[in-house]
Amino acid sequence: MVILGPEARAEDIARFRQQLGLDKPVFIQFLLYLKRVLTGDLGKSLIYKQDVLSLILERFPTTLVLSVSALFIAVLVGIPAGILSAVKHNSFTDLLITILALVGISIPIFWFGMVLIIVFSLKLGWLPAVGLGSLDKGLWDVIKHLILPSFALGILSMGTITRFTRSSMLEVLRQDYIRTAYAKGLRKRLIIYRHALRNALVPIITVIGLQLGNLLAGAVLTETVFALPGLGKLMVDAIMRRDFMLVQGEVLFVAVTYIFINLLVDVVYAVVNPKIRQSYERG
Amino acid sequence: MTIRRILKSKSALAGLTIITLDLILAIFAPLIATHPYDEMDFMYVLAKPGEGGHIFGTDDYGRDIFSRLVYGSRVSLMVGVIAVGIGASIGTVFGIISGYFGGFLDSLIMRFMDALLSFPYVLLAIAMMAVLGPGLFNAMIAIGVVMVPSFARVVRSAVLNVKNEDFVVASKVLGASDLRVIFHHILPNIVPSLIIYSSLNFAGAVISEATLSFLGLGIQPPTPSWGSMLSEAKDFLQVAPHMAVFPGLAILLTCLGFNLLGDGLRDVLDPRLRT
Repeated sequence: MVILGPEARAEDIARFRQQLGLDKPVFIQFLLYLKRVLTGDLGKSLIYKQDVLSLILERFPTTLVLSVSALFIAVLVGIPAGILSAVKHNSFTDLLITILALVGISIPIFWFGMVLIIVFSLKLGWLPAVGLGSLDKGLWDVIKHLILPSFALGILSMGTITRFTRSSMLEVLRQDYIRTAYAKGLRKRLIIYRHALRNALVPIITVIGLQLGNLLAGAVLTETVFALPGLGKLMVDAIMRRDFMLVQGEVLFVAVTYIFINLLVDVVYAVVNPKIRQSYERG
Repeated sequence: MTIRRILKSKSALAGLTIITLDLILAIFAPLIATHPYDEMDFMYVLAKPGEGGHIFGTDDYGRDIFSRLVYGSRVSLMVGVIAVGIGASIGTVFGIISGYFGGFLDSLIMRFMDALLSFPYVLLAIAMMAVLGPGLFNAMIAIGVVMVPSFARVVRSAVLNVKNEDFVVASKVLGASDLRVIFHHILPNIVPSLIIYSSLNFAGAVISEATLSFLGLGIQPPTPSWGSMLSEAKDFLQVAPHMAVFPGLAILLTCLGFNLLGDGLRDVLDPRLRT
């Protein structure tokens, strides 16, 4: 009814239901769906008349590039900011960074994207506001188009990563072995980067991994604001036009990607942290 | 005593101040707003802030942005209260059952929650809206349901912490029923965690509502919500940037308020959770 509209004839509805397999019991429908999914068939989009999986794979690179570059910016700013904040604990710098990180967490990313467009494209004219850029015009053109969206998307993770780095560093800096290192007369820089950061990094890596999943989802909004042809835009259009096959396929795709990333994080975790590695080796 | 300690925490105090201002705006909206939220002033379409008696200017229909913001606070706070209410109450029930009784029931509930948690937060809310259809009521349900798994987890771990304390064991030895133990001993001890987590989730709910409305899935016109105002502003960034600036600031400030309060409460009530 929703798809065909209120004026559809009864026989059309019946035929359509049969085409979609809706005349079978729900349980059977679900089993049939599972069977198709396991063989890589996510169904056909009602609007694009195209295979859902191929539609998704076509758009996925844009979203992936956007998410990864957002994460890159977030890590590049977040970790040093967190370290600085922890090392200068209870100073003005610490307060400033803590407040900025909290703002980063509280800001709606789609609004931040708009503000970036207003300031950097419309007022200053430095960077393009929308679209993807093309490789034919050189790599710089693509990067130029990516800067604002990645920054808008990255701000959320930036705040989270800064907060975690700060608390994790504070925790480690309190430990006895750090005091011993100071007592040995080691340089402060060496202690912070060689001794403290290494141990502080373990929980931070988990957070960074989890962020990538959230960024994939957050890309829905960023892509809408910056008119980027990625998964997010595809999803919003699909919802608006009631293309449920496509919505369903996309949700499944992102969830599987998310789980895969979490698995990857666990593996990296074991590589970075010798304690966990040993517990695996012992069985 | 605790209240005095909370008021001493700068971040909690700052958060409380912002939230109180928000509440005043929402409750006294008809008195504070300078215009009706749906009144169209065609002499001043897309007016800049200050023009024609419009403090924050007007939108593309000539509606007063300040007044729409004031009324919009009602939507944001209402969604926050109801969504967090749904998430916290259902999550607490699952969390307590899971933590207190343990065993097969625990595994069953927690695996189901894990499955829900494997979807990114925003995506799950959007997907639910796709099924439920757009609208304020559905948005509240979707946001609330999405919060259930994380509440269940927090409550479960809090219950596990209290469950084996001596006073709980003693109460059981004295023959108290499970219900009595839960309501008299477990529940009061998990309230601090619940309050902290609710405050932090409130910020999440406000952003989620704005997000759904921004995508056109939340509240429907002409009722103003900060998210839908931003959605309208998207097409006028070039000519009327003020349309986008103020609603965004309102969302930012409100979320900042709840995050500050949550952080402050956590430092006072449960320093172990400090991140």
